Amino acid sequence: MDARRTFLSWPVVRQVRSGDLLGRGPSVTSQKTREIEPRTSSADRVVQSVCPYCAVGCGQRVFVKDERVVQIEGDPDSPISRGRLCPKGSASEQLVNSPGRQRKVLYRRARGTQWESLELETAMQMITDRFLASRRAGWQDRDEHGRPLRRTMGIASLGGATLDNEENYLIKKLFTAAGAIQIENQARI
Amino acid sequence: MGFWRNQLAGPTDPSRDAAWDDPEPRKGFFTDTSICIGCKACEVACKEWNAIPQDGELNLLGSSYDNTGSLGASTWRHVAFIEQTSDRIEQARESGSRLVQLGMPSVGAPAPASAAVGATSGAAPAPALAGVNLSDPDFAAAQATAARELGSVPDFRWLMDSDVCKHCTHAACLDVCPTGALFRTEFGTVVVQDDVCNGCGYCVAACPFGVIERRDGDETVKNAGIAQKCTLCYDRIGHDQTPACAQACPTTSIKFGDLADMQSQAQERVDTLHSNGFPEARVYGGNQHDGVGGTGSVFLLLDEPEVYGLPPDPRVTTADLPDMFRKAGFAAAAMLAMAVAAFVGGRK
Amino acid sequence: MQDLSNSDCIVIQGSNMAECHPVAYQWVTEAKLKGAKVVHIDPRFTRTSATADRHVPIRAGSDVVFLGALINHVLSNELFFKEYVVSYTNAATLISEEFQDTEELDGLFSGYDDDRGAYDPKSWAYASKEAEEEGGTDDQSGGEIGDPGSGHVHGEQRSEQAAGDQHGSGGPPLEHARVLRDETLQHPRTVFQILKRHYARYTPAMVADTCGISVDDFAYVARAVTENSGRERTTAWVYAVGWTQHTLGAQFIRTSAILQLLLGNMGRPGGGVMALRGHASIQGSTDIPTLYNLLPGYLAMPVAGQHDTWQDYIGAIGSKKQKGFWTHADAYAVSLLKAWWGEKATAANDWAFDYLPRLTGAHGTYQTTMAMLDGEVEGYFLLGQNPAVGSAHARMQRQGLAKLKWLVVRDLNMIESATFWKDSPEIETGELSPEDIETEVFFLPPASHVEKDGTFTQTQRMLQWHHKAVEPPGDCRSDLQFFFDLGKRLKAALAESTDERDRPLLDLTWDYPENEHGDPDAEAVLREINGFHLSGDKAGQPLSAYTEMKADGSTSGGCWIYTGVFADGVNRSANRRPGQEQNLTALDWGWAWPANRRILYNRASADPEGNPWSERKRYVWWDQAEQKWTGEDVPDFPPNTAPSFRPEPGTGGPEGIAGDDPFIMQADGKGWLFTPKGMVDGPLPTHYEPQESPVANPLYSQQSNPSRKVFPRKDNLWAPSANQPGSDVYPYVFTTYRLTEHHTAGGMSRWLPYLAELQPEFFCEVSPELAAERGLENGGWATVVSARSAVECRVLVTERMTPLVLSGRTIHQIGLPYHWGVGRDAIVSGDAANDLLGVALDPNVQIQESKAGSCDIIAGRRPRGEALLRLVEEYQSRSGTTALTGNELRTTGDGS
Repeated sequence: MDARRTFLSWPVVRQVRSGDLLGRGPSVTSQKTREIEPRTSSADRVVQSVCPYCAVGCGQRVFVKDERVVQIEGDPDSPISRGRLCPKGSASEQLVNSPGRQRKVLYRRARGTQWESLELETAMQMITDRFLASRRAGWQDRDEHGRPLRRTMGIASLGGATLDNEENYLIKKLFTAAGAIQIENQARI
Repeated sequence: MGFWRNQLAGPTDPSRDAAWDDPEPRKGFFTDTSICIGCKACEVACKEWNAIPQDGELNLLGSSYDNTGSLGASTWRHVAFIEQTSDRIEQARESGSRLVQLGMPSVGAPAPASAAVGATSGAAPAPALAGVNLSDPDFAAAQATAARELGSVPDFRWLMDSDVCKHCTHAACLDVCPTGALFRTEFGTVVVQDDVCNGCGYCVAACPFGVIERRDGDETVKNAGIAQKCTLCYDRIGHDQTPACAQACPTTSIKFGDLADMQSQAQERVDTLHSNGFPEARVYGGNQHDGVGGTGSVFLLLDEPEVYGLPPDPRVTTADLPDMFRKAGFAAAAMLAMAVAAFVGGRK
Repeated sequence: MQDLSNSDCIVIQGSNMAECHPVAYQWVTEAKLKGAKVVHIDPRFTRTSATADRHVPIRAGSDVVFLGALINHVLSNELFFKEYVVSYTNAATLISEEFQDTEELDGLFSGYDDDRGAYDPKSWAYASKEAEEEGGTDDQSGGEIGDPGSGHVHGEQRSEQAAGDQHGSGGPPLEHARVLRDETLQHPRTVFQILKRHYARYTPAMVADTCGISVDDFAYVARAVTENSGRERTTAWVYAVGWTQHTLGAQFIRTSAILQLLLGNMGRPGGGVMALRGHASIQGSTDIPTLYNLLPGYLAMPVAGQHDTWQDYIGAIGSKKQKGFWTHADAYAVSLLKAWWGEKATAANDWAFDYLPRLTGAHGTYQTTMAMLDGEVEGYFLLGQNPAVGSAHARMQRQGLAKLKWLVVRDLNMIESATFWKDSPEIETGELSPEDIETEVFFLPPASHVEKDGTFTQTQRMLQWHHKAVEPPGDCRSDLQFFFDLGKRLKAALAESTDERDRPLLDLTWDYPENEHGDPDAEAVLREINGFHLSGDKAGQPLSAYTEMKADGSTSGGCWIYTGVFADGVNRSANRRPGQEQNLTALDWGWAWPANRRILYNRASADPEGNPWSERKRYVWWDQAEQKWTGEDVPDFPPNTAPSFRPEPGTGGPEGIAGDDPFIMQADGKGWLFTPKGMVDGPLPTHYEPQESPVANPLYSQQSNPSRKVFPRKDNLWAPSANQPGSDVYPYVFTTYRLTEHHTAGGMSRWLPYLAELQPEFFCEVSPELAAERGLENGGWATVVSARSAVECRVLVTERMTPLVLSGRTIHQIGLPYHWGVGRDAIVSGDAANDLLGVALDPNVQIQESKAGSCDIIAGRRPRGEALLRLVEEYQSRSGTTALTGNELRTTGDGS
């Protein structure tokens, strides 16, 4: 028996002693209830972020505990969103932590019917090889008038509106230097 | 007996009644449905904060944009959608005008002189209504007809309302709970302690609004089998934070604060809407003399409560307790008397 | 965004703001509580309409008629803001004698070339003194807006460009500012008079017959906006993809800009035209473009035949004689090339300009998809985008994926584009089978937004730094790390190469510090974007403003419009001074481009003398004592240019901006009511019907946009339009849209239980009248059939959809949210509405028409397997559609 639980801590006794005869107030609170603390207060740190959904750019506060995200809610400091979030922004924690989220590299071989596992390092190497091969296969030095083209039509890319500016910058920089011009994203949709 | 009388009806401070010494000012919600955009951020923010599981099957209900159906153990904020055409809108206006004429009591601080805030928000009759005695229902009906002919009764409107536990002043769920799982907090709110509740279900039958329920699911579901409802974010408000739904609501349709403030803001807003030509606006839950002593969540509605799926005259089901015990007591005494008489009389 | 609370009237059109931008909508709510009027113009009554003062139902695609009628109303009744219009717009400017309007040519402008299906804008040019004296306009004359070398483009390439956005917001440069003006606005060739003639037939009656909008509703809106414009009051227009996703989309927006210029609302608090974009950093991905036709900062990607040399390029993107900041485009371009190729970019090799690949036409996503079908594209990267669901003609997208050799998908969830090889509808119909699909698919999970540092640019051009909170789980890596790594590997693999083709990769600057997890330092990348001084006493220091950029190789900068974000070495995108401590404009939160200005062209909020138009609407004004512009915002104007300043004629650059030229990015400093250059399909917006429409264009014989991009193919068939035989086979109009509860193609919402349960199933919205006509039941099933495909959905019968009556004929519209896709991994799945769409594009920006199509709807679920194909074919053959149907560009009477 827990030494802390004494006769005096029985709810019935507390009820009588505190005057809460109908047992509806503090006398019926459990220890868990009395010690309740919101995880927004007990977090190890809070980080300011921005909602990843639409283009309003609502401020978000990300609460971290034991190196896991435990809460994402609106940032009251934002002059645009003033701490508010729509249902999607409010679901951001689930976006990050959902068990359905993919966390492993997967590979489907030509004519395959299933996914297979693949090491990230191997995947990077394979992608590099294919990039170079397709770049070469689709390369065009000049057009029919002899004007320089210096490009490849063998590679294309789609996406960028959900990525950071820094990421879009490296993507455009790299693809352009590689001669790949068929780069597009949601802006043209 | 003053204390006892206050436990089942009439205005009172429920935290004090529950023996909190020097409790905080009572906290509550004011949900202004006139600015709700039906986005359901409240539903999601609440579920996310409280780790509430999926509610039922993933089915389109065919009920406008409402696919959650109603409040329950796994939906603590529920947005209702009601589509209405001009006939119904006129009726709502007329019934609203009648309410004003009946002189429904305002609650909280008296509302300031409610001139229209800024320019009118569009309806042409506003200048005509200024200075007019809205409490004349015949005139209000005539105005509604005139407004329609002027094209100002819209052909259509879409009402949206984020419903939530009322945190009643006289809370039936709290009254009938046999285990003390349900308790009244220092903020005047009603909270289920999930580590105490045994899932008996008495509270489910007791609630006049049909809010509290036991959660479905097997052992993989958190708190399956026990009663669950809105806690008014007891953990958050105890640390000076805002309830999840109120924080998320993009338009501040959901407001949180001291209940007295919430009530007076509700009344102000109703007055503003009235002077802008919307007599159908009314406060729900703000009357401390109603069957639950007024609620901790007041609403501004634009039609009759039944339209929103709310009971028009909710009453705490334990209100009849004294009467029932009296009757039961008489019945028991009568039975005892007859039993005694049977034995005494029968002695030869 | 907050500025909307300053509006006296807000018109939301082509946008469903409360559903798609709910948190921004709080500012509309604020405005309304202060007494503003809110009008929502939309084919459906939505959650935005529910809180608006008035909902005006409109036929999808007819917005130009409505807005044009408002323009006509304003001009005919003299309700425009006269002083603003005369001083700040090109209303008084004369146009070339050669110009002919659509009123004269039954729906075409002068200069249409049938062979190219495009316009030669020569005749749209401003008239000029020289041209007048020489008795006509001539390509070679100095007076012509459009000398070769000044941005005017001829030849085949013209029709293949996304021309407008290549030159920034100002459009292509003008040769000079030696325009002719009539300040009385009476001369018949003034823009003002041309405008009047052009919109003369856009009357309220025409609106009723074309848009289905009653005369009452039109009068309401006309009154609301005119009463709330002028010195003391401002009106704002808010739009989104309800305007952009049309074959005439860019012109829709142009019409609102003309109207707002006439009403004097541009550049003013509570005024303007606000674009509500749709993704966290879609603005950023346009500014720093992962787009085929642009380089960062809206510089053009070089085009073969136009920009073969560096001199060609520089001459095309910025004439030294035009006003404004585009004259220094050479500095911006050189700085970009220095950022990319560092020491290897020198004056001697034209800054490595030859390292840039060249375009030869439109290489947009739809053209690329068709190239995939033709087997021309081997490899594809999908970076957080789900075209199997989200792109128009989703069937074509999936079939394109099946022709690739390899595909790399980076997404948080197992989206339908990644599982097409086993789950797509084409597997069920038998068109594809896994054993025949050779595409190798690599699925690489990325880091989420809380697992990396970086900036997003939101819809108001504001950059906000988001801080990393935790490490990404499992194999997840940020895209920054992925691409940095890929680049390193490519360079390593080519390290020994002597092939000239590989020099751009090998010489590329590609060195960013990494932390212990292998994450490149995102701040280092942002610093590169901001730019540096490369030489002199400030060498190594960040640039503070794009005005510091030079064309001599002494500066670098990855994106000139972002220069200033790292001024003085401080990451201003991470500025987070709480909003409660600032005024409404809140300049100390985040950083907006350019130079942290929040309202563009805000010089226009003051009158020509530099005083606010009214106290109530003060925003930016001239401080005579301090001799500078000041106010609530960073002035969008040279800071010390006095209102009375007038430059010498012919002065170019920022020095050529007069004190009363608020539109500093336009070549003549004025707001363009008439666009001599920059819009490929006409200098004035004109009503054309969508590619597929049951309605014949009531204004002209020219049915649809004569410059629109069409793709006549057997897999891209169209319903016959109005009055063509077979148009009754697809008698209804459908429109696609979003719901609040989901996000775009579902990759970020259909995998989340909290969102999936709010809207679990794909449904259509139909009016009770249509339901009765077709036997549809609320809660039941329906199949919607278009000339491309058929999908099934649940049915919501609602009065929010209203049948429109046009010239006595009833037009029904069907609403389809497009979030669902067919797969087995998501929590909720369903048919994709985008399967119904074909590919027809706006010629300015190559955006598809997703907002108006033709269809039939029948009760019940759709057939499965091959029977689905039979159903679609049966409809096609009944309508008689062929690869030619709907693809005729010119349909005027004297046609070719």
